[in-house]
Amino acid sequence: MTQAAIQADASDAMITMTGVGKWYGAFQALHNVDITVAQGEKIVLCGPSGSGKSTLIRCINHLEAYQEGEIRVGGMLLGHQSKTIDAVRREVGMVFQQFNLFPHLTVLQNCMLAPVKALGLGKADAEERARQLLERVKISEQAEKYPAQLSGGQQQRVAIARALCMRPKVMLFDEPTSALDPEMVKEVLDTMIALAEEGMTMICVTHEMGFARQVADRVIFMASGAIVEEAPPAEFFSNPQHERTRKFLGEILGRH
Amino acid sequence: MNYTLDFTPVIDGLPSLLSACLGTFFLAICGMLLATVIGIGGVVLRQSPIKALRWLVIGFVEIIRNTPFLVQIFFIYFALPLAGIRLDPTPTAIIALGINGGAYAIEIIRGGVQSISKGQMEAGLALGLHKAQVFRLIILKPALRAIYPSLTSQFVLLTLSTSIASAISAYELTSVSQRIESDSFRSFEVYFTVTVFYLVISWVMMRIFAFFSARYFSYPVK
Ligand SMILES: Nc1ncnc2c1ncn2[C@@H]1O[C@H](COP(=O)(O)OP(=O)(O)OP(=O)(O)O)[C@@H](O)[C@H]1O
Ligand SMILES: [Mg+2]
Repeated sequence: MTQAAIQADASDAMITMTGVGKWYGAFQALHNVDITVAQGEKIVLCGPSGSGKSTLIRCINHLEAYQEGEIRVGGMLLGHQSKTIDAVRREVGMVFQQFNLFPHLTVLQNCMLAPVKALGLGKADAEERARQLLERVKISEQAEKYPAQLSGGQQQRVAIARALCMRPKVMLFDEPTSALDPEMVKEVLDTMIALAEEGMTMICVTHEMGFARQVADRVIFMASGAIVEEAPPAEFFSNPQHERTRKFLGEILGRH
Repeated sequence: MNYTLDFTPVIDGLPSLLSACLGTFFLAICGMLLATVIGIGGVVLRQSPIKALRWLVIGFVEIIRNTPFLVQIFFIYFALPLAGIRLDPTPTAIIALGINGGAYAIEIIRGGVQSISKGQMEAGLALGLHKAQVFRLIILKPALRAIYPSLTSQFVLLTLSTSIASAISAYELTSVSQRIESDSFRSFEVYFTVTVFYLVISWVMMRIFAFFSARYFSYPVK
């Protein structure tokens, strides 16, 4: 590879994980994980319960420390210095299964908190940004309400807006629709699809295979803490290479 | 029984009793403020990565909660001068109340912090906030809300414990009433009146707490 190619490669990759290993005590939760995510790429991560999906994406913003290998986000080596961890967290948004909105703050305040306190944005700027993004997730009329006054779907859309208020370069989703009543799944998926269409780099842990087909550039299948296979969705669903993938797809698609 | 009630000494002493009530309020409120600072500070230190600090807090809580309050007041009042620290009765009482209430507040507030889901901390960290910011801006208020009833009763207890400060003649209701009683020998009348005053003081304290609750903790929860 020429020097230029290496550089292009490096600047193109939003996230690179090389040989990542992660232990909880004596239990190894991730084995030698290699993933490269290019800027603007959308990845869907799936696999059986306990396979390490959450662990993997939580390593990317260092909610979990990893012990082996290397993770780079936007070129920054995510080591264990709090300075890089902070810098990476400001560039990486995360949406959780349980929404995790702050109950004592209104929707607007939820969205303004981090831009003001972590980015040092002025209140007025933060509010303008928050209102803009609440508009984008179609929930601006709820800005003065508290989380407990919203439906699950609305809460999750606020959580997406809150993460976007940091203007992240990457968004991580950990089963964002699993805690929702079925009738609310679509509004959240539509929000995510819109975000994908705007070119956001995304890693989504989800079992919504319709979403994967429509949005993903690649589907990555994990089992027992290791990546088993990865492929573009059409190929992944029509022609899975491994027995474990076939079994998993049988279970998950059979359910729908 | 031929006892004739005579409230005259109480009525004559009313101005000093009422201003002693203010003394009680003063001790209680200063004690609570100090206890709150110790309580929150203690919880923070209790979570510190430094083991020695954690043990310091644990030791403090254990010592205070397993020794009598009266002895703690005497200790501060009589033992500290040996170390060159000489304090008047009222500041001594405030410090003793704050330390005693603080030890209980640490345990109560810690329970509140533990009741907050881990997801709240993670959401804050994922947004780029520091741990201390997450604690201050995200965890603290819901945690205090969760334990507010226990904290209220602990602080009403603290208010009533101000009477123990009469042992070092701090300026408060019990010591003033003891003086009126020993001048007049009207024990029943004096302590009946003082009992009513303490009831009113407790009631006022609870109203104050209810006011703060309505003001700060009224956001809706599921
Ligand atoms: N904090 C922890 N301490 C110890 N073990 C853990 C911890 N978190 C996760 N694990 C273990 O690591 C493995 C991977 O967990 P992880 O939560 O990443 O799985 P997952 O693929 O997200 O599963 P699910 O689909 O159920 O969310 C599991 O075996 C789990 O028991
Ligand atoms: Mg998971």
